[in-house]
Amino acid sequence: MRTRTAIAAIVVLSIAVVGLQALEDRAHAALTPEADAADFLYVQSPAVLKRAALSYDALVADLYWIRAVQYYGGKRLSKGPKTYDLLYPLLDLTTSVDPYFDIAYRFGAIFLGEQYPGGAGRPDLGIALLQKGLRAQPDKWQFAEDIGFVYYWWLHDYRVAAEWFRRAGQMPDAPEWLTPLAAVTLAKGGSRASSRTLWTEIARNADADWLRRQATVRLEQLDAMDGIDFIERVVQQYRERTGVLPASWNDLIRTRFLRAVPADPTGIPFQLDPVTGSVTLDPSSSLSPLPLAEQPH
Amino acid sequence: MRVIGLVAVNVFKESVRDKVLYSIIAFAVLLIASSLLIGDLTAGQDIKIIKDLGLASISIFGLLIAIFIGIGLVWKEVDKRSIYTLLPKPMRRQDFLLGKYCGLVLTLVINIAVMTAAFYVVLALMQTVAPPNVRASWPAPATDPAMLKAIALVVLELMLVTAIALLFSTFSSPFLSALLTAGLWVAGHFNSDLRNFGAVVESPVLARLARATYYVLPNFAAFDVKLQVVHAQAVPVSYVALTFLYGLTYIALVLVGAVVIFSRRDFK
Repeated sequence: MRTRTAIAAIVVLSIAVVGLQALEDRAHAALTPEADAADFLYVQSPAVLKRAALSYDALVADLYWIRAVQYYGGKRLSKGPKTYDLLYPLLDLTTSVDPYFDIAYRFGAIFLGEQYPGGAGRPDLGIALLQKGLRAQPDKWQFAEDIGFVYYWWLHDYRVAAEWFRRAGQMPDAPEWLTPLAAVTLAKGGSRASSRTLWTEIARNADADWLRRQATVRLEQLDAMDGIDFIERVVQQYRERTGVLPASWNDLIRTRFLRAVPADPTGIPFQLDPVTGSVTLDPSSSLSPLPLAEQPH
Repeated sequence: MRVIGLVAVNVFKESVRDKVLYSIIAFAVLLIASSLLIGDLTAGQDIKIIKDLGLASISIFGLLIAIFIGIGLVWKEVDKRSIYTLLPKPMRRQDFLLGKYCGLVLTLVINIAVMTAAFYVVLALMQTVAPPNVRASWPAPATDPAMLKAIALVVLELMLVTAIALLFSTFSSPFLSALLTAGLWVAGHFNSDLRNFGAVVESPVLARLARATYYVLPNFAAFDVKLQVVHAQAVPVSYVALTFLYGLTYIALVLVGAVVIFSRRDFK
């Protein structure tokens, strides 16, 4: 076979292989339910995985970490019904093979605890993962702080949260703000001010961009809640002056109660209910849904 | 000593001819491609994963070279019948064997040295482009010199694997040698289970046998501190020194065994 003929044959066959693969892909997708392949763990026992990893435990942990991140991201973005059943097992396997994989514990604290459908809605599993981290690294104040965070933010148990913040504050190299945070949490429970302190410190000390972004979003939610409170007060002032509720933002702007249509920190306008006078986030806002209102202590 | 050196240099030249050093190119491509691709997949853990991947790749490439070249060191000479022209020369069999060993170790050391240099270059580049807040969150700088401890222990581990492959190649076929070497390497990672075997069996004889096997089998798990160095955990110099003493002693033991078998082997 001449060289030119061979090259032409290779090019044609390569194009054919790629084209057929694309067709095969569609044909196979019709045969297999979408979620099946991703929702399966070949190895479920951390002990077996640790042994099978031989001396490549760190690399195996990385693979499971990447899978956990992809699994969570894929589930969160999927439009169908979401289940996060594998998130805890994947993070458990990751941290069993590499007990120093700090960010995996913290990822679990945030996203296992987060309310469904944004997360698994399983703060108990988040705490279990962090306690496992503390058994592996008893002096890691970040894990104790994160347990406090889960009790604070997801379980609204401020007494236990304050106790964990206090314990974290007593660990080696712990930052000074933890002890006052414990006191504020104990005294004021889930007040917006103490929530702001907690998220500000998490944002400041975050060791990963996603954690910093998460804290920024939470701080913006708190700002949005402050904004809603302010605008609802303005609506009440309008009602006191005119005797009726405003029908739209235009009524408030025309009467100079507001200068413009009010928007949340992401720039999406708030929604006004003309019947009740309540102000809410637009459901399309990335800050929606807002966390639960402050809890009575 | 001169004979050992001559044989060693020849083994190195042969491995270059056999394109063994191409593994360095594969390593470099793997590392650079990974560093470009994994950033979006790992939720901010790219530097850790590049370190893990680099250290694991150095170990895996080295292991494959140590096993698959090591098992052929003697067998190739026998298969090509060149051993019949070599042995009558004024050269002791032990020098021939040790020369072969040193040649492959030289190949491995050069291979790993170049891989390590490429690894540090990639890490230095990542350190340069990483924003200061990201760098501040790393437990250690990207180019942390402590990783050299893990690489040194990988070299020692591969020297032991090479010695074992050479030992098996003095009396068995390449396939069997590869199987036995790989099997011993895997078993050497399960050593701690043998130590604790006594707790799960009732027979004291079995327990003692398992404990004896624990001391006799090479403890390959001891050479692995990759996870610790990546997480900037302390690996004391005393631990590295003790592991080196253990590894070198074991290598000496295996090589003496290989020399004894090879010296008595009848090639007629």
